[in-house]
Amino acid sequence: MASSRSRNALREPAPVRWVLIGVTLLFLTVFLLLPLLVVFTQALASGLPVFFAALGDADTLASIRLTVLTAVIAVPLNTLFGVAAAWAIAKFEFRGKSLLTTLIDLPFSVSPVIAGMVFVLLFGRQGWFGAWLSEHDIKIIFALPGIVLATTFVTFPFVARELIPLMQAQGTNEEQAALTLGANGWRTFWHVTMPNIRWGLLYGVLLCNARAMGEFGAVSVVSGHVRGLTNTMPLQVEMLYNDPGEYSAAFAVASLLALLGFVTLALKNFLEWRHGDELTALRGN
Amino acid sequence: MGPTAASPRAPFTTRSSRSVLPGFGLSLGFTLTYLSLLVLIPLAALFLRAAGLGIEGLWNALSSARVLHALTLSFGGALAAATINTVFGALIAWTFVRYDFPGKRLFHAMIDLPFALPTAVAGIALTVLYSEHGWLGAPLANLGIKVAYTPLGIIVAMVFISLPFVVRTLEPVLEEAEKQLEEVAATLGATRRQTIVHIILPTVLPALLTGAALAFARAVGEYGSIIFIAGNLQNVSEIAPLLIMIRLDEFNYAGATALACAMLVMSFAILFAINLLQTWNRRHG
Repeated sequence: MASSRSRNALREPAPVRWVLIGVTLLFLTVFLLLPLLVVFTQALASGLPVFFAALGDADTLASIRLTVLTAVIAVPLNTLFGVAAAWAIAKFEFRGKSLLTTLIDLPFSVSPVIAGMVFVLLFGRQGWFGAWLSEHDIKIIFALPGIVLATTFVTFPFVARELIPLMQAQGTNEEQAALTLGANGWRTFWHVTMPNIRWGLLYGVLLCNARAMGEFGAVSVVSGHVRGLTNTMPLQVEMLYNDPGEYSAAFAVASLLALLGFVTLALKNFLEWRHGDELTALRGN
Repeated sequence: MGPTAASPRAPFTTRSSRSVLPGFGLSLGFTLTYLSLLVLIPLAALFLRAAGLGIEGLWNALSSARVLHALTLSFGGALAAATINTVFGALIAWTFVRYDFPGKRLFHAMIDLPFALPTAVAGIALTVLYSEHGWLGAPLANLGIKVAYTPLGIIVAMVFISLPFVVRTLEPVLEEAEKQLEEVAATLGATRRQTIVHIILPTVLPALLTGAALAFARAVGEYGSIIFIAGNLQNVSEIAPLLIMIRLDEFNYAGATALACAMLVMSFAILFAINLLQTWNRRHG
């Protein structure tokens, strides 16, 4: 008697459970699964020849190159920053540490449009450095440097955010042992710290890269939207989508980006499944 | 201070009583420089420019009906989306942590899709899905509900983009919540409803609030996934980030600056208030 009563008090009745599961599946299908399916069905709706022709277009290829180039610059910069910030914050005690951690998260609560705009105010024609830049014939806004700056701003916290809690959880004992045994600082970092954080680092880089390649709002402000020149892939998708004749092409390029998202998700879940214990510190935040 | 300069082999000196690890100066110096150059100085420049407009200039730029409508729409929509995601996010997290059902792993892997799928791709996919002839738009139109190109579409996009936050912050807390407490409550004669209200809810409340705040902050500033589905009608479905974009295109930098600052101040104030609430909750909870 007592045991059956306590079991009932620990679980919801079966009908409640099935309703909750049903609502979960319906909500996730409507908001996540269907949009993803729409991208691929629309991309292939006009047939494979149209699909491949759209991807082979010169302007589209230029946008792919620009997107990859931007990510190749922005992601390593933010990775280097993430490792340095995590090392300082996780391994040392100093005043203002919690303020610094808050400031690192700041770009997450800034609208992407504002993230792009601050660089227009600095480097644009009417910006603080505008006159000086045009005198010296340096182009930042409506050119690659502006696109890289805006992308780096919005992807700024990703690696640091993953590494800080992970390195805090690991403490400093192993590093201290290595140093006591005579290893120098760099050697300790590469041979002791790095192996401990590599999966967390990869996780952060993965998310950083997905956002860098997919960023739209911030890049849209600083790009100038020149086809074949300053259009990244997401901007190319927008331009094609707004062109009545290029609807299928828009979804073809979009499906490439969706594939990037899909691969990112798959790798992320693989890391969580295979190296979950080494990422556990991540789950608390 | 270089990484090898801290003479790490003397772990008993007073200086190293805090940490024997090298590289503090290098890593913190790099962190602060990078953070300042990329984030703090550009944001400060934005606020300085706004201060340069003076009270009257700010008032003139912000007091138009169009600006007020855009701000109300962005913040109101984000509040609605965060509320929807708090309710469904809690339900989804609960279902994943406590129940087993077919397809669980696949659906669980999909939760982070909004982080991985570029916003422009999500935007055009949601638009097609909810347009008059779309998979969901057509049946909804039969019921007399119009989603695409209305404020309702904006909320749908905001729900999509901020969906993972509540689920992801809640899951680890639910997993760690001690089932023992629930057992004790049940043994003492509490009904399941009493256990949920008095034991489980207080445990997860801080995480729920954090998740809701993150979802809200993301939705307020969102641009890419919204502008395609919104319809962008002045005074009806024009969000604040889009209005900033329009002001920049008109070279109305004063208007853009004032609106951007208003958005940032409002979101920071809300995040700060939620932080205070959390601190208060920890002290008195």
